[in-house]
Amino acid sequence: MPAVSKGDGMRGLAVFISDIRNCKSKEAEIKRINKELANIRSKFKGDKALDGYSKKKYVCKLLFIFLLGHDIDFGHMEAVNLLSSNKYTEKQIGYLFISVLVNSNSELIRLINNAIKNDLSSRNPTFMCLALHCIANVGSREMAEAFASEIPRILVAGDTMDSVKQSAALCLLRLYKTSPDLVLMGEWTSRVVHLLNDQHMGVVTAAISLITCLSQKNPDEFKTCVSLAVSRLSRIVSSASTDLQDYTYYFVPAPWLSCKLLRLLQCYPPPEDGAVKGRLVECLETILNKAQEPPKSKKVQHSNAKNAILFEAISLIIHYDSEPNLLVRACNQLGQFLQHRETNLRYLALESMCTLASSEFSHEAVKTHIETVINALKTERDVSVRQRAADLLYAMCDRSNAKQIVAEMLSYLETADYSIREEMVLKVAILAEKYAVDYSWYVDTILNLIRIAGDYVSEEVWYRVIQIVINRDDVQGYAAKTVFEALQAPACHENMVKVGGYILGEFGNLIAGDPRSSPLVQFNLLHSKFHLCSVPTRALLLSAYIKFINLFPETKATIQEVLRCDSQIRNSDVELQQRAVEYLKLSSIASTDVLATVLEEMPPFPERESSILAKLKKKKGPGAVSVTELEDSKREGGELNGGGDRGQDTATMAASNASTPSPSADLLGIRSTAPLGAAPASAGSLLVDVFSEAGPTAPSAAVNDDGFLRDLEQPTETSDSLLVEGSGDLDSAPPSEDPAPPLSEADDLLNKFVCKNNGVLFENQLLQIGIKSEYRQNLGRMYLFYGNKTSVQFASFTTTVSCPGELQSQLNVQTKPVEPLVEGGAQIQQVLNIECLTDFSDAPLLNIKFRYGGALQNLTLKLPVTINKFFQPTEMTSHDFFQRWKQLSQPQQEAQKIFKANNSMDTEVLKAKLLGLGTALLDNVDPNPENYVCAGVIQTKSQQVGCLLRLEPNAQAQMYRLTLRCSKDSVSRRLCELLAEQF
Amino acid sequence: MIGGLFIYNHKGEVLISRVYRDDIGRNAVDAFRVNVIHARQQVRSPVTNIARTSFFHVKRSNIWLAAVTKQNVNAAMVFEFLYKMCDVMTAYFGKISEENIKNNFVLIYELLDEILDFGYPQNSETGALKTFITQQGIKGQTKEEQSQITSQVTGQIGWRREGIKYRRNELFLDVLESVNLLMSPQGQVLSAHVSGRVVMKSYLSGMPECKFGMNDKIVIDKQGKGGASDEAGKSGKQSIAIDDCTFHQCVRLSKFDSERSISFIPPDGEYELMRYRTTKDIILPFRVIPLVREVGRTKLEVKVVIKSNFKPSLLAQKIEVRIPTPLNTSGVQVICMKGKAKYKASENAIVWKIKRMAGMKESQISAEIELLPTNDKKKWARPPISMNFEVPFAPSGLKVRYLKVFESKLNYSDHDVIKWVRYIGRSGIYETRC
Repeated sequence: MPAVSKGDGMRGLAVFISDIRNCKSKEAEIKRINKELANIRSKFKGDKALDGYSKKKYVCKLLFIFLLGHDIDFGHMEAVNLLSSNKYTEKQIGYLFISVLVNSNSELIRLINNAIKNDLSSRNPTFMCLALHCIANVGSREMAEAFASEIPRILVAGDTMDSVKQSAALCLLRLYKTSPDLVLMGEWTSRVVHLLNDQHMGVVTAAISLITCLSQKNPDEFKTCVSLAVSRLSRIVSSASTDLQDYTYYFVPAPWLSCKLLRLLQCYPPPEDGAVKGRLVECLETILNKAQEPPKSKKVQHSNAKNAILFEAISLIIHYDSEPNLLVRACNQLGQFLQHRETNLRYLALESMCTLASSEFSHEAVKTHIETVINALKTERDVSVRQRAADLLYAMCDRSNAKQIVAEMLSYLETADYSIREEMVLKVAILAEKYAVDYSWYVDTILNLIRIAGDYVSEEVWYRVIQIVINRDDVQGYAAKTVFEALQAPACHENMVKVGGYILGEFGNLIAGDPRSSPLVQFNLLHSKFHLCSVPTRALLLSAYIKFINLFPETKATIQEVLRCDSQIRNSDVELQQRAVEYLKLSSIASTDVLATVLEEMPPFPERESSILAKLKKKKGPGAVSVTELEDSKREGGELNGGGDRGQDTATMAASNASTPSPSADLLGIRSTAPLGAAPASAGSLLVDVFSEAGPTAPSAAVNDDGFLRDLEQPTETSDSLLVEGSGDLDSAPPSEDPAPPLSEADDLLNKFVCKNNGVLFENQLLQIGIKSEYRQNLGRMYLFYGNKTSVQFASFTTTVSCPGELQSQLNVQTKPVEPLVEGGAQIQQVLNIECLTDFSDAPLLNIKFRYGGALQNLTLKLPVTINKFFQPTEMTSHDFFQRWKQLSQPQQEAQKIFKANNSMDTEVLKAKLLGLGTALLDNVDPNPENYVCAGVIQTKSQQVGCLLRLEPNAQAQMYRLTLRCSKDSVSRRLCELLAEQF
Repeated sequence: MIGGLFIYNHKGEVLISRVYRDDIGRNAVDAFRVNVIHARQQVRSPVTNIARTSFFHVKRSNIWLAAVTKQNVNAAMVFEFLYKMCDVMTAYFGKISEENIKNNFVLIYELLDEILDFGYPQNSETGALKTFITQQGIKGQTKEEQSQITSQVTGQIGWRREGIKYRRNELFLDVLESVNLLMSPQGQVLSAHVSGRVVMKSYLSGMPECKFGMNDKIVIDKQGKGGASDEAGKSGKQSIAIDDCTFHQCVRLSKFDSERSISFIPPDGEYELMRYRTTKDIILPFRVIPLVREVGRTKLEVKVVIKSNFKPSLLAQKIEVRIPTPLNTSGVQVICMKGKAKYKASENAIVWKIKRMAGMKESQISAEIELLPTNDKKKWARPPISMNFEVPFAPSGLKVRYLKVFESKLNYSDHDVIKWVRYIGRSGIYETRC
């Protein structure tokens, strides 16, 4: 900057400013400003032209007044005039005024743009810089429109001065950020990359910011920058601290540039070229080495600069995640920082370690610091650092140290800040579940958790305890004992009461032998909490009571007394009242057998992803979820699918569902997909939740309840009818919230395979499932091919084939287990042996589970095994055919359907399909040559079913009439259904 | 009730801080400073609510007085107290300024202890306070004097002590009024009212009983009914309708309610006997006739005529007319026949001053204002022309009819008392739109 000459001192401005500063009150200040404004107005109005100096002075005063917070509505013209001055100071003030005060819709914008253009095309570097700074400071769209094409030219021109290049790069960056659509890529982009080789460090620093920003949008165009950046970095890193003179900051060579280079490299995967990679690794090693050297200065700036580079280097190492050696060294380096005096360093170290912990190479190394981290959690004064410590503990936890970490987190929870408690609770719950070897430990931990931080324990946590307790026989007795003890505390959290009520209701009998926990004692204990609880909990307790009646007949009188009292049977809450009334009736009318069946112990819950994990993901915000969102939605579909079918298979389960409170329905898997806020269903629909699993509408609730009640009032009927009713409801109640797309997809898949035996059964981003099958008589063999489409291996890959409901007795499917690991890109094969015992209509289910990148994937498909697969073709003459046709003349033996054609009515296609069906296509049988006639015998182990088929196409109406006659009526119905979808 | 009282200087530094209740924390001091004194936009409301705490402030020159409370307190009471507090401080050490407050801080704390008790206002009568809070330090008081203080603080007549003796019994009575007006450019009165005060200075011996009478319409009408009809018609013309009034605590309100007569035992020295407000039949001392013409975008011509509207024998004083100018004024030329006129850039106004002006006269000013063209689309808002003056009569028409003094114990009668009556009418907000 040119030295300010004496005449440029602007005394008037200094006097004005000191006047303002000396003002005693705001009023005085306003008076002084008004006076000055009037003075300036009269000066600007004056007929004689002002010289540059006074113009500059007054514009400066206006600027000062504006910055004090007053409106300025004149002087713009004078400022624009200043732009065309030849004096640096005048031009500078003009630009300053413009960039602070100009608004984009001003009519002066044309004049300003013109002045800027003139300056850009002048050969004077300072003027060019001023103009560029103004463009960048205003940074409006108008500016971008006017100059976006001009600036790249200046940036890459060979004769541009270094300082101008620097400004141009930053100016372009600014314009790109405000209006990326206006900055067009062109041939200049390749030349921008070469600015990394520039002699001038300032230019490189400015250019690298621009390149980093641009390469995030168009990584391919800037690919070449990687090698240049590496070589630049290695030159800086290997230089002595004095080499770079101006760019050495407290003995650290070019810290900002180094950081930016490292950050640029983080935009790209590791370099493929071995030499470049070697050089980069060398650089990173040098940086790590330098961190070990004794500091060259005691100044904080020195260590800050050094650490900044180090942390960037570490994040690059983590980003690459391919150099075990470097990862471990980085981890050790961070370990040193964990005990550093600087709070900021500790924070950064914990944060970086969190990411390191997820890398397989450095996980062990991170674990060595467990004591320090625990200490940090306990003693750190800054809450944000404690939060990081908790995150890190969570990240470093594995089977070996889970007990210690969970214990530490639990003890910390008592004193933890309220802001992080909920997250901590979730983390503890997840860790306890994930790494539980001993389920009594798990139960202890969670009950402790509820005791310590009950308010922060979300519903999912205690659902999960119950799921696990129910699924694990070995822990049930222990759990009952523990909750019994826990409930004895005078003040229990409501969640504890819920767990207690549920578990004692199911497994209270396991501890009833002990006189200290006799049935009555248990009941009284539970009932003592009853009045302090909210309605949903009371509802749960009522269900527990009815279960008690079943478990301990001796308590029946007491409990009936409780149910009969007015506060229950006339409760103002509909749900409680209904439960009390129904349970009372149930207990007094039903025989013990019926009771025992209705109130049977809950069947085990199917294994699936923990709903808590889903919740934590949700909590972490959309950023964290988005990665796995797709898989999530797929999996949710799978669960729903599985859930629906599973519901049908065990009738007992539906029945016991009816007597258990609504949360159990959530345990079946709906809650994990629904947002938490939507979860608590209204009391009226609590019971119905159990059946429909997806929050049905109120009318269906009424119908449902009626059915339930009616059955209860007909004790003559066996419990079977009740059960049938229950499962019938289950079928009929559609999941109103979510149409469960994978389910219909699975049916489609099934239809696709009716007429063919080989093909691709399922495909998504991760997985492809191919199928190949052959059938002979009543036996079939199916080959399933699971292809991993990703580059990452699938862990704990398991498949299970199940036959829901009646199918179990109709179809026999045998599988061999598959290998638990599927490498990236690999394919594994599984063989299924299928035996048809008798005719069937459902399809067996294939459930696939695996871990992809830590997330559990779960999906359920229908296997394309249909009754027609077991067809044996039968050739017969026209005479024979019609004779048999007439024999099968009972109305139920015939199934007929008239339907519209979905596909083209091409003869060849139709023929191929009918052959694929497995039947014999009989020519010259039907008098009408347009019609198709087929015959076949379905082979099952128990019997053979003869089938005759007529398909009558009507080309004009695009309709078919399909008629089937089989010796067994269920077969003709099923076949008719299947075939109707095919044409 | 008042929770605390703070006094700040213009920079927001605390000079006096007295907290009466525990619910006011130390941060209240800063809250007021940050949100009101140093507020980015000037705070115009005298009551500010910050975090469930109410701040009532008044400003005297550069000093801020703020009362703070967390309760739902009668705001009028708080302001009355604050003004009283200002009066008391003025009576003790003159002008309220930063220097004076710093020099007298001990005294101020003493006063605050006396006039507020747990946030409830107590006796704030200067005369009474001066008997036991003195600036000269405590003189050795006799037992008798001490007991007198007790009886005064606790007794019925807290505003006057016994045993006052004057050689000359004198009484000064000032009727001070301020007249407020808003007039349309066409001369239509949009709103007008007079707020007045009757201020007395009494130097009377003993415990005199006084009776004050004025031309209150209700009283006159009542008398007119009993007396001759022609007299009633005559005096009815001159009677005034008082909209509302408040009295000094010495006035017997029961008597006012029943007979509408104002009788009282006056405090010694200066005090404000009553305050009142009238809105009907106001005599507007001046009429302002503005004429504004815009000549193109860069010029404005203004002509203002003022007419005095009272008896020619009376003289108005300290007349000042303030004509606002647009914000983009770049030059002003003024011609006036009487007085002096000047363009004050710091106030964005032309100020025209006339020292004296008799009744039934008129005067005129004309100005040419040059404007600087701006790119601002906003039109000039044309603020009203305002005026200040002082006239030697009461614009409301109030007249003092009598002031009688009775002192039964001492041997002086109503005739022996020397009485002085003075009327001063001042301008309040006296504006005419242009």
